[in-house]
Amino acid sequence: MIRARDLSKRFGDKRVLDGLDLEVPRGGFVLVTGPNGSGKTTLLRLCAGLAAPTDGELAVDAPREAIGFLGHESLLYRELTALENLDLYGRLYRLPERRERSGAMLERFGLWRARNERAGTFSRGMLQRLALCRTFLHDPDLLLLDEPFDGLDAEGADLLYQELAERAACTALVATHDPDALAQRATSRLALA
Amino acid sequence: MSGYAADVAALARKDLLLELRSRDTLPAMLLFVVSALTVFHFALPAGSSARAETGLLWIAIVFTALLGLGRAFSAEREQGALDGLVLAPCDRSVIWLGKTIGVTAFLVLAELVALPAFALFFHPLSWELLAAVALADVGIAAIGTLLAAMAAASRARELILPLMFLPLVIPVVIGGVGASVAANAGSFLGFLGLYDAVFAILCWASFEYVVTE
Repeated sequence: MIRARDLSKRFGDKRVLDGLDLEVPRGGFVLVTGPNGSGKTTLLRLCAGLAAPTDGELAVDAPREAIGFLGHESLLYRELTALENLDLYGRLYRLPERRERSGAMLERFGLWRARNERAGTFSRGMLQRLALCRTFLHDPDLLLLDEPFDGLDAEGADLLYQELAERAACTALVATHDPDALAQRATSRLALA
Repeated sequence: MSGYAADVAALARKDLLLELRSRDTLPAMLLFVVSALTVFHFALPAGSSARAETGLLWIAIVFTALLGLGRAFSAEREQGALDGLVLAPCDRSVIWLGKTIGVTAFLVLAELVALPAFALFFHPLSWELLAAVALADVGIAAIGTLLAAMAAASRARELILPLMFLPLVIPVVIGGVGASVAANAGSFLGFLGLYDAVFAILCWASFEYVVTE
């Protein structure tokens, strides 16, 4: 589903990715590890189409509506409520019964009671839960998750494990500093230097 | 409503709702435009020409728009929401069009206060001036939104936006002042209409390349 050949990305003089080869088959679950600045986030952004490679080839066999991207930032509007944020994305993704789906996702991640509160008032963990709701809202086939457990408490982490377990057919590229957390689910690992 | 129009309406509505809740942009625009016209009123010597007075109105409008444009993508910058919009499977030009409608709405609201203030301080409003302002709003919002999106990706956005925006709206000021005071107002209004059409098409077509690397 993802194939990279000699993939490189530079920001000015700084080379973040250098000649990376990667093959992720459909249904594969790849953990991307490496120290800060090794290019984990950049790789995910390249795969999502949010950045363009400097050199090399990258082919991602998934249309935009099939990609679920979780970044460092929540990609949400602080002045909109949790429900309004999901409703906006549901509309842009042309989801049928988007309000019901938004409500179901909020319930699944334990945010139903906070559905009418503005995202800007959320704690770090709640914001991460809401970002996960946004990521999974449109039932993506390809998951690009950057530190998905960041900010989550034990209950939130359990909910995410559960969500990933139910999406066993999804292809996933997960950048993490804690590879052990998802070791059982992973089909391979990619260590960036 | 078609899918495209529904997406544009959803994004424009979102911008209006964000402003209604945060009140970040419009109060600043209103305060600026009224303050600028007040300063001009006292700075301009008595008996100044209508051309000079109208020119100052256009300067106030352009800089008020610049103030609004500087904050046009602030909500998207805060939590990376622009990435979320770019990832959505809709045509990316809807982001530009929705934002342009929002910027136009803020500009029109600021002018609803600015134009009566101008009439009070200087001289009565003519229909040519009102038509020129309406046409200029479209052009200013169209080009300004594209440039604001470009500047939003830059670290020196506060510097880059005025540097790119002001030279490109000089024709708007020329057309606006001309339509307000010249005998052949129709030609200047036609010029503003042409400017709107050309830049709206260019911005609509090129926005995708601006928001993707």
